[in-house]
Amino acid sequence: MTLLSPRVLINAALLLLLAALPFLTDMMGDSYYTGVTSRVLILAIAATSLNLLIGYGGMVSFGHAAYLGLGAYIVGIGAFHAIEDGIDWMLNGYYQLAATLILSALVALVIGAISLRTRGVYFIMITMAFAQMLYFTAVGIETYGGDDGLTIYSRSDMLGLIDLNDEKSLYYLIFFSFLAVLYLMHRLVGSRFGAVIRGSKSNEARMRAIGFSPYKYRLTAFIIAGTITGYAGFLMANLNDFVSPSMMHWTRSGDLIIMIVLGGIGNLFGPLYGTIAFMALEELLSSIPLTIGGLNVGEYWQIIFGPLLILVVLYARNGIDSFLPGTRERAK
Amino acid sequence: MSSPDLLIIDKLVKRYDGLLATDDLSFSLREGELHAIIGPNGAGKTTLIKQLTGEIASDAGAIHFDGRPIRRLSEPARSHIGIARSFQITSLFPDFTVLENVMLAVQAHQGHSFRFWRATGKEERLIEPARALLDDMGMEDSADHLVAALSHGEQRQLEIAVALATKPKLLLLDEPMAGMSSEDSGHLVEILRRLKSRYSILLIEHDMDAVFSLADRITVLVYGRAIATGTPDEIRDNEEVRRAYLGEEA
Repeated sequence: MTLLSPRVLINAALLLLLAALPFLTDMMGDSYYTGVTSRVLILAIAATSLNLLIGYGGMVSFGHAAYLGLGAYIVGIGAFHAIEDGIDWMLNGYYQLAATLILSALVALVIGAISLRTRGVYFIMITMAFAQMLYFTAVGIETYGGDDGLTIYSRSDMLGLIDLNDEKSLYYLIFFSFLAVLYLMHRLVGSRFGAVIRGSKSNEARMRAIGFSPYKYRLTAFIIAGTITGYAGFLMANLNDFVSPSMMHWTRSGDLIIMIVLGGIGNLFGPLYGTIAFMALEELLSSIPLTIGGLNVGEYWQIIFGPLLILVVLYARNGIDSFLPGTRERAK
Repeated sequence: MSSPDLLIIDKLVKRYDGLLATDDLSFSLREGELHAIIGPNGAGKTTLIKQLTGEIASDAGAIHFDGRPIRRLSEPARSHIGIARSFQITSLFPDFTVLENVMLAVQAHQGHSFRFWRATGKEERLIEPARALLDDMGMEDSADHLVAALSHGEQRQLEIAVALATKPKLLLLDEPMAGMSSEDSGHLVEILRRLKSRYSILLIEHDMDAVFSLADRITVLVYGRAIATGTPDEIRDNEEVRRAYLGEEA
């Protein structure tokens, strides 16, 4: 692969655009898009980590949004106690971050250890069931708002290193986090570990025959993906100033999978393209000012989105990636 | 003078819903020999291979390899003590290149794979042994091709290369010539003849010319049971074998 293929240039141009975005929106005098793009990038972090499981590992985890919720609830609960009970250290962003990473890893360990003993549809159902358990747990805890969720009155305190209340600072924390996750994935997938993950998707029987026990490697991938998504949840809570159980609902996990499918499964940049496309379509379709027989089409935008997704799956198996010039980047 | 036994199968039993796929089967494979298993379809040849690799569990009996019982060992564990197999139906990593297929097998035997950072594409410890193996098999020109792009004959060859990359003591070859053109299988016979001196081989094969020209000893399997074991000449002259198997084909 040449270094400057059209595909690489397009990817680079997209990253540059994202890097300059806060300044571009400044020029337009409207910072709305900085917030929207922050959200896109956070979801892209989650989707990119999920792509390790689905795209490279063939493990269709249908409960990935649970980790988003976990990270977000830790920020929310920390802020809640800091403000209600005056426990200041719970607002400390580093403590919150450490708690997020440790808790997401532990939860992923437990869910993965059990789910990975199953295959196919059973794996999908079990991961979804675990995520729904967490969802209903969040619904049930009245202290933290239950169904209504929890407004976060104070963002994580990063002790002066970075001010999360400043929109630009938060954006760049998110942007560079995304870049870091992208690079991490690139290294992971190409490493010995990545070879085992990809090989186990490609042909598990042969993997066992040549001496690999895929389980422990899959479990490790599961933990890595869960932890990264927990981190995305930490960012999401700081962006939204709000956390609610609906963040963990299974349909949110479904959204993440749709983003990966839209962007092109098993492709490093796929989840980013997919997330952008998903959010853009949601925005666009839901603002269609068309009313048919008293039914507002924009309100039921999924009616259009659904068939669109079916078309992608049927005719563009690699999603948006199919439309990029040059040969498809081989999983390496 | 005969070599010591590398593999001893003792009264092995495998049942499938009342059907005895392996019926009290006993035989042994000597160190360094090429031992062929022949028998009509449904004789339980592949079932036997799967029990030797640990892919499926036996119901009774014992398997000794290199002096130790292995019936309770998992499939990956058996690979690590030196048992490798090729598959009757090609079983490779289709979305990997030829070189990467072999590299993965090399990697499996270089300790754990919890190495997250370094690109395998730059690891000489993986690439070099894999390339050497491909050279040895005469496949160096296809190294960077995707498996999906190979001819059937080349895929069958790669099957064996992947097995060899695990540095086995014992090679279990499950119909390596299945579906091959006569030209390709002639080529493969030459490769097997070379491998013979370096590995102990259990060969399952329907191509009788190949079997009788390569094997040191042959065991004839009928309905999961060994009805005869002997040199190719002894098997050719065995009345029971002629009746049960060879005669039918002639």
